[in-house]
Amino acid sequence: MNRLEALRNAVGELLDKVEGVIALRNKSGHVAPHLFREREELNGLGLSPKYPLPATLRLIQNEYPEAKLGIVCRGCEERGLIEMAKRNQVELGNVTVIGLACTADEAEECRCAKPYPSVLVDAHVGERTEPVPDRVAEELRQKEVAERLSFWRSQFDKCIKCYACRNACPQCFCPECTLEEELWVERGRVPPPFPSFHLIRAMHTAGKCVGCRECELSCPAHIPMTALYALIRQEMGEMFGYEPGVDLEDQPPLVLPMEVEI
Amino acid sequence: MEYRNVLTTCPYCGTGCALYLQVLDGSVVGTLPVKGHPISEGALCIKGWNAHGFIHHADRLTKPLIREQGQFREAGWDEAYNLIADRFSSFKSDFGPDSLAVLSSAKCTNEENYLLQKFTRAFLGTNNVDHCARL
Repeated sequence: MNRLEALRNAVGELLDKVEGVIALRNKSGHVAPHLFREREELNGLGLSPKYPLPATLRLIQNEYPEAKLGIVCRGCEERGLIEMAKRNQVELGNVTVIGLACTADEAEECRCAKPYPSVLVDAHVGERTEPVPDRVAEELRQKEVAERLSFWRSQFDKCIKCYACRNACPQCFCPECTLEEELWVERGRVPPPFPSFHLIRAMHTAGKCVGCRECELSCPAHIPMTALYALIRQEMGEMFGYEPGVDLEDQPPLVLPMEVEI
Repeated sequence: MEYRNVLTTCPYCGTGCALYLQVLDGSVVGTLPVKGHPISEGALCIKGWNAHGFIHHADRLTKPLIREQGQFREAGWDEAYNLIADRFSSFKSDFGPDSLAVLSSAKCTNEENYLLQKFTRAFLGTNNVDHCARL
Protein backbone atom coordinates (compact mmCIF):
# COMPACT_ATOMS: atom_id res chain seq x y z
CA MET A 1 0.00 0.00 0.00
CA ASN A 2 1.48 3.34 -0.99
CA ARG A 3 1.63 6.42 1.24
CA LEU A 4 -1.42 8.09 -0.28
CA GLU A 5 -3.59 5.00 0.13
CA ALA A 6 -2.34 4.52 3.69
CA LEU A 7 -3.14 8.15 4.48
CA ARG A 8 -6.56 7.84 2.86
CA ASN A 9 -7.34 4.84 5.06
CA ALA A 10 -6.14 6.60 8.21
CA VAL A 11 -8.16 9.76 7.46
CA GLY A 12 -11.20 7.67 6.53
CA GLU A 13 -11.09 5.78 9.83
CA LEU A 14 -10.65 9.01 11.78
CA LEU A 15 -13.62 10.64 10.00
CA ASP A 16 -15.92 8.17 11.80
CA LYS A 17 -14.80 9.58 15.15
CA VAL A 18 -14.37 13.32 14.56
CA GLU A 19 -16.32 16.14 12.89
CA GLY A 20 -13.68 16.84 10.28
CA VAL A 21 -10.07 16.15 9.33
CA ILE A 22 -7.66 18.87 8.14
CA ALA A 23 -5.50 17.55 5.31
CA LEU A 24 -4.45 18.47 1.81
CA ARG A 25 -6.85 18.29 -1.11
CA ASN A 26 -5.75 17.86 -4.71
CA LYS A 27 -8.06 19.77 -7.02
CA SER A 28 -7.55 21.22 -10.50
CA GLY A 29 -3.95 19.98 -10.43
CA HIS A 30 -3.04 21.97 -7.33
CA VAL A 31 -2.95 21.10 -3.66
CA ALA A 32 -4.37 23.13 -0.76
CA PRO A 33 -5.47 22.69 2.85
CA HIS A 34 -9.02 21.40 3.22
CA LEU A 35 -11.41 20.33 5.94
CA PHE A 36 -12.62 16.86 4.98
CA ARG A 37 -16.10 16.09 6.40
CA GLU A 38 -17.15 13.04 4.35
CA ARG A 39 -15.43 9.83 3.24
CA GLU A 40 -16.63 10.50 -0.33
CA GLU A 41 -14.32 13.51 -0.52
CA LEU A 42 -11.24 11.38 0.12
CA ASN A 43 -10.67 10.63 -3.56
CA GLY A 44 -9.23 14.12 -3.73
CA LEU A 45 -6.85 13.64 -0.79
CA GLY A 46 -3.39 15.06 -1.55
CA LEU A 47 0.10 14.51 -0.13
CA SER A 48 2.38 17.28 -1.31
CA PRO A 49 3.57 20.02 -1.63
CA LYS A 50 3.09 20.63 2.08
CA TYR A 51 1.14 23.54 3.55
CA PRO A 52 1.24 24.50 7.24
CA LEU A 53 -1.94 22.71 8.36
CA PRO A 54 -1.68 23.81 12.04
CA ALA A 55 -2.40 27.37 10.81
CA THR A 56 -5.63 26.03 9.30
CA LEU A 57 -6.47 24.32 12.59
CA ARG A 58 -5.99 27.64 14.39
CA LEU A 59 -8.31 29.37 11.91
CA ILE A 60 -11.06 26.77 12.35
CA GLN A 61 -10.67 26.55 16.14
CA ASN A 62 -11.10 30.33 16.33
CA GLU A 63 -14.69 29.83 15.15
CA TYR A 64 -15.27 26.33 16.53
CA PRO A 65 -13.25 25.98 19.76
CA GLU A 66 -15.14 22.87 20.88
CA ALA A 67 -15.08 20.95 17.57
CA LYS A 68 -13.57 17.46 17.57
CA LEU A 69 -11.06 17.59 14.76
CA GLY A 70 -8.34 15.53 13.15
CA ILE A 71 -5.21 16.87 11.47
CA VAL A 72 -2.50 15.36 9.31
CA CYS A 73 0.93 16.47 10.52
CA ARG A 74 4.42 16.07 9.17
CA GLY A 75 7.39 16.38 11.51
CA CYS A 76 7.63 20.16 11.16
CA GLU A 77 3.88 20.59 11.55
CA GLU A 78 3.85 18.59 14.76
CA ARG A 79 6.68 20.73 16.13
CA GLY A 80 4.76 23.83 15.09
CA LEU A 81 1.58 22.54 16.75
CA ILE A 82 3.49 22.06 20.01
CA GLU A 83 4.80 25.64 19.99
CA MET A 84 1.38 27.03 19.04
CA ALA A 85 -0.28 25.08 21.86
CA LYS A 86 2.19 26.52 24.39
CA ARG A 87 1.11 30.01 23.33
CA ASN A 88 -2.63 29.19 23.42
CA GLN A 89 -3.05 29.45 19.67
CA VAL A 90 -4.48 25.95 19.35
CA GLU A 91 -6.20 23.66 21.83
CA LEU A 92 -5.03 20.07 21.49
CA GLY A 93 -7.61 18.47 23.86
CA ASN A 94 -10.10 17.74 21.07
CA VAL A 95 -7.56 17.14 18.33
CA THR A 96 -6.42 13.78 16.93
CA VAL A 97 -3.15 13.78 14.99
CA ILE A 98 -2.34 11.52 12.03
CA GLY A 99 1.42 11.54 11.57
CA LEU A 100 2.88 11.58 8.07
CA ALA A 101 6.58 10.83 7.70
CA CYS A 102 8.33 12.75 4.93
CA THR A 103 10.13 10.90 2.15
CA ALA A 104 13.93 11.04 1.99
CA ASP A 105 13.67 13.48 -0.93
CA GLU A 106 11.33 15.78 0.98
CA ALA A 107 13.61 15.71 4.03
CA GLU A 108 16.58 16.51 1.81
CA GLU A 109 14.81 19.44 0.19
CA CYS A 110 13.88 20.92 3.58
CA ARG A 111 17.26 20.13 5.24
CA CYS A 112 15.01 18.73 7.98
CA ALA A 113 16.39 17.73 11.37
CA LYS A 114 13.41 15.48 12.15
CA PRO A 115 11.37 14.57 9.08
CA TYR A 116 8.70 12.63 10.99
CA PRO A 117 6.28 13.35 13.85
CA SER A 118 6.45 11.29 17.06
CA VAL A 119 5.03 13.21 20.04
CA LEU A 120 1.33 13.94 19.53
CA VAL A 121 0.65 11.27 16.94
CA ASP A 122 -2.28 8.82 17.22
CA ALA A 123 -1.74 7.06 13.88
CA HIS A 124 1.41 6.80 11.75
CA VAL A 125 1.66 6.86 7.95
CA GLY A 126 4.89 6.41 5.97
CA GLU A 127 8.34 5.12 6.85
CA ARG A 128 10.66 7.26 8.94
CA THR A 129 13.68 8.60 7.08
CA GLU A 130 17.00 9.91 8.33
CA PRO A 131 17.46 13.52 9.54
CA VAL A 132 19.28 15.82 7.13
CA PRO A 133 21.83 18.32 8.45
CA ASP A 134 21.34 21.96 7.40
CA ARG A 135 24.46 22.34 5.24
CA VAL A 136 23.72 25.98 4.42
CA ALA A 137 23.65 26.83 8.14
CA GLU A 138 26.74 24.73 8.84
CA GLU A 139 28.75 26.42 6.12
CA LEU A 140 27.77 29.81 7.46
CA ARG A 141 28.71 28.80 10.98
CA GLN A 142 32.26 28.09 9.82
CA LYS A 143 32.66 31.57 8.37
CA GLU A 144 34.04 34.69 10.02
CA VAL A 145 31.56 37.25 11.35
CA ALA A 146 32.43 39.79 8.65
CA GLU A 147 31.94 37.21 5.95
CA ARG A 148 28.59 36.18 7.43
CA LEU A 149 27.52 39.80 7.61
CA SER A 150 28.31 40.40 3.96
CA PHE A 151 26.50 37.18 3.01
CA TRP A 152 23.32 38.28 4.78
CA ARG A 153 23.65 41.82 3.48
CA SER A 154 23.71 40.53 -0.10
CA GLN A 155 20.75 38.25 0.62
CA PHE A 156 18.58 40.82 2.41
CA ASP A 157 19.33 43.40 -0.29
CA LYS A 158 17.05 41.29 -2.48
CA CYS A 159 14.12 41.72 -0.09
CA ILE A 160 11.03 43.34 -1.67
CA LYS A 161 9.36 43.70 1.74
CA CYS A 162 6.33 41.66 0.73
CA TYR A 163 5.91 40.25 4.25
CA ALA A 164 5.47 36.77 2.75
CA CYS A 165 7.86 35.31 5.38
CA ARG A 166 5.66 36.78 8.12
CA ASN A 167 2.39 35.85 6.39
CA ALA A 168 3.41 32.29 5.57
CA CYS A 169 4.81 31.59 9.04
CA PRO A 170 2.47 29.45 11.14
CA GLN A 171 4.22 30.82 14.24
CA CYS A 172 3.52 34.48 13.32
CA PHE A 173 0.18 35.18 14.95
CA CYS A 174 0.60 38.50 16.78
CA PRO A 175 -2.42 40.74 16.16
CA GLU A 176 -0.03 43.68 15.94
CA CYS A 177 3.27 43.06 14.17
CA THR A 178 6.40 45.04 15.03
CA LEU A 179 7.35 44.89 11.35
CA GLU A 180 4.40 47.16 10.60
CA GLU A 181 5.33 49.78 13.20
CA GLU A 182 6.70 52.98 11.72
CA LEU A 183 9.03 53.35 14.72
CA TRP A 184 11.01 50.29 13.60
CA VAL A 185 10.26 49.94 9.93
CA GLU A 186 10.08 53.03 7.78
CA ARG A 187 7.16 53.01 5.36
CA GLY A 188 7.88 52.98 1.63
CA ARG A 189 11.52 51.96 1.98
CA VAL A 190 12.59 48.96 -0.11
CA PRO A 191 14.71 47.03 0.60
CA PRO A 192 13.94 47.45 4.28
CA PRO A 193 16.74 48.61 6.60
CA PHE A 194 19.53 46.05 7.04
CA PRO A 195 19.81 44.21 9.32
CA SER A 196 17.02 45.43 11.61
CA PHE A 197 13.98 44.32 9.59
CA HIS A 198 15.10 40.71 9.27
CA LEU A 199 16.67 40.52 12.71
CA ILE A 200 13.44 41.76 14.33
CA ARG A 201 11.70 38.84 12.68
CA ALA A 202 14.49 36.45 13.61
CA MET A 203 14.36 37.55 17.25
CA HIS A 204 10.57 37.33 17.39
CA THR A 205 10.52 33.80 16.02
CA ALA A 206 13.42 32.63 18.21
CA GLY A 207 12.18 29.88 20.52
CA LYS A 208 9.22 29.09 18.31
CA CYS A 209 10.68 28.67 14.82
CA VAL A 210 10.65 24.94 14.14
CA GLY A 211 12.33 25.09 10.75
CA CYS A 212 9.31 24.26 8.60
CA ARG A 213 10.75 26.45 5.84
CA GLU A 214 7.44 28.03 4.84
CA CYS A 215 9.09 31.49 4.94
CA GLU A 216 11.82 30.46 2.55
CA LEU A 217 9.44 28.61 0.23
CA SER A 218 7.16 31.63 -0.12
CA CYS A 219 9.98 34.19 -0.53
CA PRO A 220 9.89 35.68 -4.04
CA ALA A 221 13.55 36.75 -3.58
CA HIS A 222 14.69 33.23 -2.54
CA ILE A 223 16.41 34.41 0.65
CA PRO A 224 17.60 31.31 2.57
CA MET A 225 16.35 32.62 5.91
CA THR A 226 15.74 29.16 7.35
CA ALA A 227 19.53 28.92 7.72
CA LEU A 228 19.56 32.08 9.85
CA TYR A 229 16.79 30.74 12.08
CA ALA A 230 18.56 27.37 12.31
CA LEU A 231 21.70 29.11 13.60
CA ILE A 232 19.64 31.00 16.19
CA ARG A 233 17.94 27.76 17.20
CA GLN A 234 21.36 26.19 17.67
CA GLU A 235 22.55 29.13 19.81
CA MET A 236 19.41 28.95 21.92
CA GLY A 237 19.91 25.25 22.45
CA GLU A 238 23.43 25.88 23.71
CA MET A 239 22.47 28.86 25.88
CA PHE A 240 19.17 27.71 27.37
CA GLY A 241 19.00 24.00 26.59
CA TYR A 242 15.74 24.70 24.77
CA GLU A 243 14.63 23.07 21.57
CA PRO A 244 11.33 24.26 20.10
CA GLY A 245 8.68 21.73 19.14
CA VAL A 246 10.00 18.80 21.15
CA ASP A 247 8.05 18.77 24.40
CA LEU A 248 4.69 20.31 25.32
CA GLU A 249 5.87 20.88 28.90
CA ASP A 250 9.13 22.72 28.15
CA GLN A 251 8.58 26.45 28.53
CA PRO A 252 10.20 28.73 25.92
CA PRO A 253 13.04 30.76 27.48
CA LEU A 254 11.99 34.08 25.98
CA VAL A 255 8.68 34.06 27.86
CA LEU A 256 10.22 33.07 31.22
CA PRO A 257 11.88 35.41 33.74
CA MET A 258 15.67 35.06 33.94
CA GLU A 259 16.86 33.24 37.01
CA VAL A 260 20.56 33.49 36.28
CA GLU A 261 22.65 36.05 34.52
CA ILE A 262 24.35 34.95 31.34
CA MET B 1 -18.36 24.06 9.69
CA GLU B 2 -16.99 24.24 6.16
CA TYR B 3 -13.43 25.18 5.21
CA ARG B 4 -12.03 25.08 1.71
CA ASN B 5 -9.60 26.88 -0.57
CA VAL B 6 -10.73 28.33 -3.88
CA LEU B 7 -8.14 28.51 -6.65
CA THR B 8 -8.16 31.82 -8.51
CA THR B 9 -5.92 34.40 -10.18
CA CYS B 10 -4.71 37.52 -8.40
CA PRO B 11 -6.78 40.53 -9.52
CA TYR B 12 -4.15 43.18 -8.80
CA CYS B 13 -2.02 43.20 -11.95
CA GLY B 14 -1.50 41.47 -15.26
CA THR B 15 1.18 39.00 -14.13
CA GLY B 16 -1.34 36.28 -13.39
CA CYS B 17 -0.12 34.88 -10.07
CA ALA B 18 -2.31 32.10 -8.73
CA LEU B 19 -3.69 32.29 -5.22
CA TYR B 20 -6.07 30.44 -2.97
CA LEU B 21 -8.87 32.28 -1.21
CA GLN B 22 -9.44 30.63 2.16
CA VAL B 23 -13.17 30.25 2.67
CA LEU B 24 -14.63 29.48 6.09
CA ASP B 25 -18.42 29.03 6.18
CA GLY B 26 -18.88 31.09 3.01
CA SER B 27 -16.70 34.01 4.13
CA VAL B 28 -13.32 34.73 2.58
CA VAL B 29 -10.90 34.94 5.51
CA GLY B 30 -7.42 34.81 3.97
CA THR B 31 -5.09 34.21 1.04
CA LEU B 32 -2.56 31.44 0.43
CA PRO B 33 -0.01 31.16 -2.36
CA VAL B 34 -0.28 28.24 -4.79
CA LYS B 35 2.81 26.06 -4.52
CA GLY B 36 4.12 24.68 -7.78
CA HIS B 37 2.11 27.07 -9.93
CA PRO B 38 3.95 27.76 -13.21
CA ILE B 39 3.54 31.56 -13.00
CA SER B 40 3.94 32.46 -9.33
CA GLU B 41 5.87 29.36 -8.12
CA GLY B 42 4.36 29.48 -4.64
CA ALA B 43 5.13 33.15 -4.05
CA LEU B 44 2.98 36.29 -3.90
CA CYS B 45 3.76 39.97 -3.53
CA ILE B 46 2.33 42.08 -0.73
CA LYS B 47 -0.77 42.90 -2.77
CA GLY B 48 -1.44 39.27 -3.58
CA TRP B 49 -1.14 38.26 0.07
CA ASN B 50 -3.89 40.80 0.81
CA ALA B 51 -6.09 40.00 -2.19
CA HIS B 52 -8.94 38.89 0.10
CA GLY B 53 -9.02 42.27 1.86
CA PHE B 54 -11.62 44.05 -0.22
CA ILE B 55 -14.10 41.22 -0.68
CA HIS B 56 -16.15 41.76 2.49
CA HIS B 57 -14.83 45.27 3.18
CA ALA B 58 -17.36 47.74 4.53
CA ASP B 59 -16.19 50.44 2.08
CA ARG B 60 -16.72 48.26 -0.97
CA LEU B 61 -19.28 49.58 -3.48
CA THR B 62 -21.97 47.00 -4.15
CA LYS B 63 -24.48 49.24 -5.93
CA PRO B 64 -24.03 51.83 -8.69
CA LEU B 65 -23.86 55.45 -7.54
CA ILE B 66 -25.06 58.32 -9.70
CA ARG B 67 -23.74 61.82 -9.01
CA GLU B 68 -26.32 64.56 -9.14
CA GLN B 69 -25.46 68.13 -8.13
CA GLY B 70 -22.27 66.94 -6.45
CA GLN B 71 -24.03 64.26 -4.41
CA PHE B 72 -23.96 60.51 -4.94
CA ARG B 73 -27.18 58.54 -4.75
CA GLU B 74 -27.68 54.79 -5.01
CA ALA B 75 -29.21 53.54 -8.24
CA GLY B 76 -30.24 50.29 -9.90
CA TRP B 77 -28.08 48.67 -12.61
CA ASP B 78 -30.61 49.32 -15.38
CA GLU B 79 -30.76 53.00 -14.54
CA ALA B 80 -26.95 53.25 -14.40
CA TYR B 81 -26.44 51.48 -17.74
CA ASN B 82 -29.16 53.57 -19.41
CA LEU B 83 -27.50 56.75 -18.20
CA ILE B 84 -24.09 55.63 -19.52
CA ALA B 85 -25.58 54.70 -22.91
CA ASP B 86 -27.48 57.99 -23.18
CA ARG B 87 -24.43 60.10 -22.33
CA PHE B 88 -22.10 58.15 -24.67
CA SER B 89 -24.63 58.58 -27.50
CA SER B 90 -25.15 62.28 -26.87
CA PHE B 91 -21.40 63.03 -26.67
CA LYS B 92 -20.82 61.05 -29.85
CA SER B 93 -23.56 62.84 -31.81
CA ASP B 94 -22.83 66.32 -30.39
CA PHE B 95 -19.02 66.32 -30.40
CA GLY B 96 -17.97 63.38 -32.60
CA PRO B 97 -16.53 59.97 -31.61
CA ASP B 98 -13.05 61.32 -30.83
CA SER B 99 -14.53 63.26 -27.93
CA LEU B 100 -14.67 59.89 -26.14
CA ALA B 101 -11.86 57.79 -24.70
CA VAL B 102 -11.79 54.47 -22.91
CA LEU B 103 -9.32 53.36 -20.29
CA SER B 104 -9.09 49.62 -19.66
CA SER B 105 -7.24 47.76 -16.96
CA ALA B 106 -4.40 45.29 -16.47
CA LYS B 107 -6.65 43.61 -13.90
CA CYS B 108 -9.01 42.50 -16.65
CA THR B 109 -8.60 39.30 -18.61
CA ASN B 110 -7.34 39.28 -22.21
CA GLU B 111 -10.87 38.61 -23.37
CA GLU B 112 -12.32 41.54 -21.44
CA ASN B 113 -9.65 43.86 -22.81
CA TYR B 114 -10.31 42.61 -26.32
CA LEU B 115 -14.02 43.28 -25.90
CA LEU B 116 -13.39 46.77 -24.61
CA GLN B 117 -11.17 47.80 -27.53
CA LYS B 118 -13.71 46.26 -29.91
CA PHE B 119 -16.47 48.26 -28.23
CA THR B 120 -14.37 51.42 -28.43
CA ARG B 121 -13.34 51.08 -32.06
CA ALA B 122 -16.37 49.41 -33.60
CA PHE B 123 -19.18 50.91 -31.58
CA LEU B 124 -17.94 54.25 -30.29
CA GLY B 125 -15.89 54.74 -33.46
CA THR B 126 -12.66 56.05 -31.94
CA ASN B 127 -9.13 54.72 -31.49
CA ASN B 128 -8.89 56.42 -28.08
CA VAL B 129 -8.37 53.26 -26.05
CA ASP B 130 -5.60 52.69 -23.54
CA HIS B 131 -4.93 50.87 -20.29
CA CYS B 132 -3.61 51.55 -16.82
CA ALA B 133 -0.43 49.49 -17.21
CA ARG B 134 0.99 52.18 -19.55
CA LEU B 135 1.32 54.87 -16.91
